[in-house]
Amino acid sequence: MALLEMHRVTKVYGEGASQVLAVRDIDLSVAAGDLLAVMGPSGSGKSTLLTIAGSLEDPTSGEVVIDGQLLSGMSRNDKARLRRRSVGYVFQDFNLLPGLTALENVSLPLELDGVRARRARELAAAALEELGLDERVAHFPDELSGGERQRVAIARATVGERHLLLADEPSGALDSASGEAVMRMVLAACRRGLGAVVVTHNAQLASWADRVVFIRDGRLVDQTAIPPSPESLLQQGSEP
Amino acid sequence: MSVRHALLALLSEGPKYGLQLRQEFEERTGDVWPLNVGQVYTTLGRLERDGLVEADDAHEDERQRGYRITAEGEKELAAWFGTPSEAGSPPRDELVIKVLVAMGVPGVEVGDVIQIHRRHLVELMQQWTRIKEDEGRLDLALALAVDAELFRLESVVRWLDAAEGRMKRSSLGPAPAATPRPRLRLRARSR
Ligand SMILES: Nc1ncnc2c1ncn2[C@@H]1O[C@H](COP(=O)(O)OP(=O)(O)O)[C@@H](O)[C@H]1O
Ligand SMILES: [Mg+2]
Repeated sequence: MALLEMHRVTKVYGEGASQVLAVRDIDLSVAAGDLLAVMGPSGSGKSTLLTIAGSLEDPTSGEVVIDGQLLSGMSRNDKARLRRRSVGYVFQDFNLLPGLTALENVSLPLELDGVRARRARELAAAALEELGLDERVAHFPDELSGGERQRVAIARATVGERHLLLADEPSGALDSASGEAVMRMVLAACRRGLGAVVVTHNAQLASWADRVVFIRDGRLVDQTAIPPSPESLLQQGSEP
Repeated sequence: MSVRHALLALLSEGPKYGLQLRQEFEERTGDVWPLNVGQVYTTLGRLERDGLVEADDAHEDERQRGYRITAEGEKELAAWFGTPSEAGSPPRDELVIKVLVAMGVPGVEVGDVIQIHRRHLVELMQQWTRIKEDEGRLDLALALAVDAELFRLESVVRWLDAAEGRMKRSSLGPAPAATPRPRLRLRARSR
């Protein structure tokens, strides 16, 4: 079963002359284990696509299905619950709550979802440890480096039962090594069975994905074929 | 890529046999550049002729012959490391030419030409990136060689993105003025 399906999703912002068609006729499907990258320039509709996929915004037309549940017609509360349970969202600017420690940032969504505080903290600690942050759990966001903050954001997005990871330019202003580290974490999560959509303008980040779709002016215009094995590259015997 | 200087570099660590040089070259470059034995011996022959290396003795079988670097060879090697590699010539890339030419051809969508290349480059990058996936088994030399290729391919994608953005802006912008364009001469810098 697909974790995420989008059918003919269109989003229009504004009205009349100032109307913006941010995304149009988007069809997309993400299954467990998939890592999908959406690549496009600034203003092409990547963030819009992702906020709609994460039910943070409603499409103007079209349907979104998360975990087999059709979003249109669901109440705000039901959508929020589905989002908390199933969807992890990594924002470009990390979006950690400044007054909470790394651990609390990760455990909060679980607690909001009714998980007992102690259990939530155990799960959060495990998620942070997985990302090598065991020694940073008690630190506040402003005591963490950019790369560490990003890892906290990914821990928060993958903690508990969440199995759809949506990431908006997840390496934002990070250097290429940290960008690679972020994509390794996302890929590792997908190998464990999560599904992920990463939107980015960066080809190196996108190239970690199994499939890359290209977005231009709000439309998906092209996608990569499933690439042959890397061995073919090394056996081309190109002249040194 | 200079096999000649790479072999000199390996010999600066101590005397070596031809087969050994080939194996070490491939290891040190992450097995990304396969090198055939013939090429190694031809190169060693030329290095010997130029006085940059010398053979242990005039053994009949070249496979039995050990090679060492000479003082001249050390100097040549130091000069090689100290010289920036050629990167300053103007773009003569076939891709660049194709896009520039496509802009003037009626019936050709430059955007499509760009996207075909962008997709192909990203597919290549996906394959290179796969090699890096298993970090535990990733050899440092290979990782560095793969990164070099990824950055190179990425720079081409970025050029395509920039070209697309620039064309989009210019088609939205005011029509180009009819003043003659200053002729810009790009010439390879002589070194
Ligand atoms: N809340 C909004 N109100 C009006 N226009 C918006 C809003 N959000 C995005 N847009 C417009 O929609 C288009 C796509 O934006 P966005 O999805 O943010 O692109 P990207 O993330 O690829 O940079 C842009 O033209 C942007 O100006
Ligand atoms: Mg955006």
